[in-house]
Amino acid sequence: MSYIEIHDVSRTYRQKDQVFQALSHVDLQIEQGEFICLLGPSGCGKSTLLNILAGFDRVTEGTVSIGGKPITAPTIRNVTIFQNYGLLPWRTVEKNVELGLESLHIPADKRHEIAEHYLKLVGLQDFRHHHPAELSGGMQQRVAIARALAVDPDILFMDEPFAALDALTRMNLQDEISSICRQQHKTIIFVTHDIDESVVLADRIVIMTPNPGHIKAILPVDLHGQRDRTSPDFLHVRDRVFQSFSLKPEDKTEYYI
Amino acid sequence: MKNLIHISGAFIIVLVIWQLTALTGGWNEALFPTPLHTMLGFGELLRDGVLAADITASLGRFLIGYLASVLLAMVLGLILGWYKGIWAFLNPIAQVLRPISPMAWLPFIVLFFGIGEMPALVIIFIAAFFPVLLATVSAVGDIDPVYLKVARNFGIRQPHILTKIVFPAIFPRIATGLHLALGTAWVFLVAGEMVGAQSGLGFLIIDARNNLRADLLIAAILTIGVLGLLLDNMVRLIEQRIYRLWGMHKRRI
Repeated sequence: MSYIEIHDVSRTYRQKDQVFQALSHVDLQIEQGEFICLLGPSGCGKSTLLNILAGFDRVTEGTVSIGGKPITAPTIRNVTIFQNYGLLPWRTVEKNVELGLESLHIPADKRHEIAEHYLKLVGLQDFRHHHPAELSGGMQQRVAIARALAVDPDILFMDEPFAALDALTRMNLQDEISSICRQQHKTIIFVTHDIDESVVLADRIVIMTPNPGHIKAILPVDLHGQRDRTSPDFLHVRDRVFQSFSLKPEDKTEYYI
Repeated sequence: MKNLIHISGAFIIVLVIWQLTALTGGWNEALFPTPLHTMLGFGELLRDGVLAADITASLGRFLIGYLASVLLAMVLGLILGWYKGIWAFLNPIAQVLRPISPMAWLPFIVLFFGIGEMPALVIIFIAAFFPVLLATVSAVGDIDPVYLKVARNFGIRQPHILTKIVFPAIFPRIATGLHLALGTAWVFLVAGEMVGAQSGLGFLIIDARNNLRADLLIAAILTIGVLGLLLDNMVRLIEQRIYRLWGMHKRRI
């Protein structure tokens, strides 16, 4: 039995007379400490699957469990990082990082200590008294990462966290999150529609396609350590992802012959 | 600087029209005073300390009635906005009560609370209540779902979801309601003070009228206008600070 078990999961939404199938018969096993990217175009159900795992959404059919226990509601053990950061604008950076610690009833001085540690980890210790609106998008997402790590979660769910950032900031944050999460031995489920991003980050890329949302292929990425976006190995993995999406020209010609 | 030019320009235009009206109208000085007479009356009010006492009394009443009203409206608005099932029953009642001028209730207000201090307080209370209640309820309904997801994710439970997350998240929207309510309530302050109050700007107006002192009447009217403007500007400044802090774009109301 794997750490995260997704067994024959389907999710349908009903709107009046229309039925929309967001996920269809998804099976996936994830081990502790793995970095998994759910990759696919919009409508492929990757965010739905993430929301189910995070406890924000329910399955229509099938079962999901983490550590042998079925998922019923969100828990502070597994923290989600959102595309629009989800920071509380009325709190300072430091107070944002302390949010989860307050629920855990950690005393104030200890909270400061933990917040400082994680703000240092993401390089924002000098901004702890700023408000989120005073920071750039990349810095705000760093605060959200520090806030998530501060409660020492088992799993981090990341829902296109870098999609709103410019390309260079995005690459920097990819490298950072990759090294931070491997150091801290977190299990990461990372939703993205960016192929390069998934190749940089993932241990395994779960390729999903829409209508209805399902898993098309699972690609292990055999690249280790710091990944060089220009190395032949990297480009080789990237090629295989392109193939899976039938985006390679030769696939098309074969198809039409 | 440009602002100053506009303001003094407007001021001069009003003075000229006023003076001309007084000169050509041929009314008795006691019925329609010139600007100069009004200035003298204003000076009299200042010297006697009447104006200061009345302003203090009015502001005190206003503060109590307004604060009590908006506090209750915010708390109720948070709860009713969250528990939509209850609001569904109360909404029709609020919609019917909202457009009624607080003055319409006056006979019942006097019946329940007597005359003197209370009618003014109750009328200010009613005037401020509905704008804040409705702004709060609708803002709770429109809250960005990501805040609620974060709250659930980080194990925040009721009542803390309302106090720590929902209230601050929607506060800019509530502030707009507070601003609106301030203006409305200030308008009704004078009306409220006309019912048996023995002090305040509303009383000053009644008193000036009864003594045929139109100069004092206009002095009181101008005081009410300027004070209302000052209060409004104060709240606008606070509102803009809130918008900046919350990272929202500056809004013009």
